Amino acid sequence: MRLAGAPLLLLAVASLTFLLMRAAPGGPFDREKQIPEQILRELEKKYKLDGPVHEQMGRYLWDVARGDLRLSTQYRNRTVNELIGQTLPVSMALGATAFAIAIVAGSVLGICAAAAHNRPPDYALMVLALVGVSLPSFILGPLLMLVFSFWLGWFPVGGWGELRQLWLPALALSLPYVAYITRLVRVSMLEVLGEDYVRTARAKGVSEARVLFVHAFRNAALPLVSYSGPLAAFILTGSLVVETIFNIPGMGPFFVNSVLNRDVFLTGGVTLVYSALLIAFNLTVDVAYVWLDRRIRLD
Amino acid sequence: MDRAFLRRCLANRRISVSLAILALVSVAAILGPWLSPYSHDGLGPLRFAPPGAAHWGGTDLLGRDVLTRALMGARISLMVGLSGALVSLAIGVTYGAVSGYAGGKTDALMMRLVDVLYSIPRLVFVIVLISVLDLRVRAALVGLGHPEWAPQAKFILLFIGLGAVQWLSMARIVRGQVLSLKERQFVLAARALGQSHAAILFRHILPNLVGIVIVYLTLTIPVVILEESLLSFLGLGVQPPMASWGTLIAQGAQTINPIKSYWWLLVVPASAMAMTLMSLNFLGDGLRDVLDPRARR
Repeated sequence: MRLAGAPLLLLAVASLTFLLMRAAPGGPFDREKQIPEQILRELEKKYKLDGPVHEQMGRYLWDVARGDLRLSTQYRNRTVNELIGQTLPVSMALGATAFAIAIVAGSVLGICAAAAHNRPPDYALMVLALVGVSLPSFILGPLLMLVFSFWLGWFPVGGWGELRQLWLPALALSLPYVAYITRLVRVSMLEVLGEDYVRTARAKGVSEARVLFVHAFRNAALPLVSYSGPLAAFILTGSLVVETIFNIPGMGPFFVNSVLNRDVFLTGGVTLVYSALLIAFNLTVDVAYVWLDRRIRLD
Repeated sequence: MDRAFLRRCLANRRISVSLAILALVSVAAILGPWLSPYSHDGLGPLRFAPPGAAHWGGTDLLGRDVLTRALMGARISLMVGLSGALVSLAIGVTYGAVSGYAGGKTDALMMRLVDVLYSIPRLVFVIVLISVLDLRVRAALVGLGHPEWAPQAKFILLFIGLGAVQWLSMARIVRGQVLSLKERQFVLAARALGQSHAAILFRHILPNLVGIVIVYLTLTIPVVILEESLLSFLGLGVQPPMASWGTLIAQGAQTINPIKSYWWLLVVPASAMAMTLMSLNFLGDGLRDVLDPRARR
């Protein structure tokens, strides 16, 4: 049922973006200098933007359904498919790294904080986490750059292509969520650690590390799984900014430019890809949740 | 709000400290630009002066006083945050209350819509919406005979628009509460007395939600501030010569370079913003502990 809804939702997203972009006064061919009427009409024809708006939209949705995201109006003669094909892998690499850092570092720190409950390491981690939660990526990004690239010179300033260039942006993107997940995991670990089966495991002589990381964490991870849906959404939008700061050729800068330049099809295409990623991810999370916790059934 | 409640709030260290910081930031934002000897867009002869006795926060590329600009930015960011949170409150509470009170199919349909809206990348749409509506509102303002307001179109949009897309969590929470409250005896009594549905909902049920609504209002303000700054950072929000924290941080980020780091351009607005966000988050957490004992962590 949810699976069947996804393509419909995507079509709705496509029509909404298209209508929004076309509803505003002006169009993608507006320039400082007025373009002659004849040329404008030719351009509109080439980019299939002629005729009444509902017909334009109908044809656009048909193209989208067949997987053709059309030509970009700004980057002449390049298709949106091609532009996304080049930029999506970059964004995905950055996003996936940040996601992995957030989940792994957040879980480990959260488990450590719970293990040291009400002792100095716990307090220190909680203070750090509270600071981290309130530092958004667009503050962290430039700050990390200032400290680690300019003052210490450990990492390159920006750009893309080498592994060394991945770390700072991935950190800027993931640190606020590392902080959030640390708090999340700590709370749910504390809850789980009070349960009988943990006491049983300890009584059996299972090592403390194994109790924490295997027995307890397995159940404490459930809130983390349901948070990973929103987390993916935050990382996705966060990457818009981080890519701009670190000059990374991902989808983000293209998207922002396309909105400013009224590049209808590029905006539509990127919005669609973002939505599709998020919807697919949320579906996966739902499935994973059921698989992890047999007490829940999806209807 | 009774006195015992206030005392409990002030006894909570998180709440009192964050309230003090917020009061400090607000007073500085209101009085600061007015007390400052510099104006926020007045050009000065000293370019890139580091923080010192004359300019506490240093100066920028055009010789403008960074601290004055950060305080001016605080005004804008705080106002946008507050108004956005209030708009989200109005929409979220109404939507959630109606959904929960109506129940049945209406409720299912309304909540399904919330689920759908949750699953699309909101900020991406906000970016499209703000830039599209900007042109619309401009045209409308000119059409209404107020062309002098047209440059402020984006400002008006930020004030209303950011809250208008931020109501989903509030709606969910209110709906859940209304769903359980409406089964209680006092609602039955009100209905037996012949009161209308609107009266029951707004006079009898909603006053019970004040606490939880305040908590989520406090937690919505930083989210809206963050989104406004993010848009401004990308150049899609507040336009120069006005500046919010986002614009200032963006300028700071652009001027840092390997040869000479003008760190104060970044650090002054960034720390003002981080401090505010942090105390708002603290305040929300603290209030949640006091008002909603079940959600205690």
